[in-house]
Amino acid sequence: MIYFEKVSKIYSNSLVALQDINFAIEPREFVSLVGQSGAGKTTLLKLLIAEERPSSGQVFFESQDVHLIPREKLPHLRRKIGVVFQDFKLLPNKTAYENIAFAMEAAGKTDEDIQENVPQVLELVNLTDKNWHFPHELSGGEMQRVAIARALVNKPDVIIADEPTGNLDPLNSWEIIQILKKINELGTTVLMSTHNKGIIDSLSKRVITLEKGRITRDDKEGRYIL
Amino acid sequence: MFWVKTRRVIRSGFINFWRNGWVSLITVLIMTITLFIMGSLIFAKAVLDSTLSQIQDKVDVSVYFKNTAEESDIIALKTKIEKFNEVKNMEYISREKALENFKERHKDNALILQSLEELGTNPLGAVLNIKARQTSQYESIAKFLDDYSNSSNNSSSIIDKVNYYQNKVVIEKLSKIIDSTNRLGVSVSILFFFLSFIVTFNTIRLAIYSAREEIGIMRLVGASNRFISGPFVIEGVMYGTIASIIAIILFYPFSLWLGPMTESFLGGINLYTYYLKNFFQVFFVLFVTGIALGVFSSMIAVRRYLKV
Repeated sequence: MIYFEKVSKIYSNSLVALQDINFAIEPREFVSLVGQSGAGKTTLLKLLIAEERPSSGQVFFESQDVHLIPREKLPHLRRKIGVVFQDFKLLPNKTAYENIAFAMEAAGKTDEDIQENVPQVLELVNLTDKNWHFPHELSGGEMQRVAIARALVNKPDVIIADEPTGNLDPLNSWEIIQILKKINELGTTVLMSTHNKGIIDSLSKRVITLEKGRITRDDKEGRYIL
Repeated sequence: MFWVKTRRVIRSGFINFWRNGWVSLITVLIMTITLFIMGSLIFAKAVLDSTLSQIQDKVDVSVYFKNTAEESDIIALKTKIEKFNEVKNMEYISREKALENFKERHKDNALILQSLEELGTNPLGAVLNIKARQTSQYESIAKFLDDYSNSSNNSSSIIDKVNYYQNKVVIEKLSKIIDSTNRLGVSVSILFFFLSFIVTFNTIRLAIYSAREEIGIMRLVGASNRFISGPFVIEGVMYGTIASIIAIILFYPFSLWLGPMTESFLGGINLYTYYLKNFFQVFFVLFVTGIALGVFSSMIAVRRYLKV
């Protein structure tokens, strides 16, 4: 489903973000990407949604090279991939409900669909009582749950989460991981980057370890080893 | 699909306008100033034009005929001059009419009237007042008259004198002043318009700059470029619409106050009457300019942040 082939991202001679990355992700997998800050986790995820271009190699999503997609067709790719960011990236002047509805409006869904699906995903992330709050009125954990709901609402094939718990306390982190697990059990592929040891060890799912831009481990039921 | 998206874009434009209250207010204010300057230029041009044309209207060339000149000869000359393109209109004052005018003008001066009576005959010649379309054309008319009076078959010329040569310096100077005033007016207008245009453009750019992260987020969430820039364009339309309405309303007290002054000091039109008479034309110009400026600035500004 997702396939990286000999991917390198080199900013300059002294700054090599990724080097010779090869891996594949099957549908319905839950994959954690671990590594220290600067190991290249975020760059790898950005390559998948075509926010950055690789210096060499190819990135496939559903057997399509994402870097051959013309710019004006990129929105279609991004509607199939739900992204959750460390800094949430909610639209500040839209309410929780509107933030989620925006992703559907942008995808051209009907009003009926929007009115039906947005409350559903809000329920899934336990935020039904906060749907008319603006982001600045929400806590970090709540904002991240809105972001997950937004990533989820277009029923994507993959959810990409870039350090979704990076800004959260342990309790909120745990809740976010539970939500992601639930999403995965409902049939969505999840690709998450993190450097939270506790989370990785408790998940016992596939773990890909990155070190200095290279994949050093890829374990089926991995633990956080660095 | 198209209509659904259009409706969403318009709605979200309105919501953004309302929620970014301060930014919208400032932008409308700046745009109002721009449009006000533009409207002022329109009004100033109207006043200037009418003043200049009034001054121009006061200039003419008078041909004084000899007492002995036959009226039929004068009429013949008149019909000849009438055929010229440069001539706007002519006024013929016969000897009798000239005398009447003279008496009318000096009716309070008993001495002059008395001496006129003692003279017995009419000492005044006929006069032909010629008005050209442009001040610069008097030269050629005067030259024609000159040639005419010097030509051989009119050795006993009917023309006594042409007052162009006495007024030549004044007429030439006036024509220069009118010319350069017009040119100055145009360059000042362009300069002012350009400056206010730049200011508005930058204000809108700053407003959108503050939303640059949101634009990036929208791209990452899968919104198309048109869906993202649409609301900003709608906001641009709203800035232009509101600003043009405010500007045209501001001109009401402004013209009411300045109207009598433009009439008495500059001798031209009353600004207030002009405002009422051309209300819709001026509003239309401001409205279209405002919207064009808003839409253009928004589109240019958004485009920079759509590159994610």
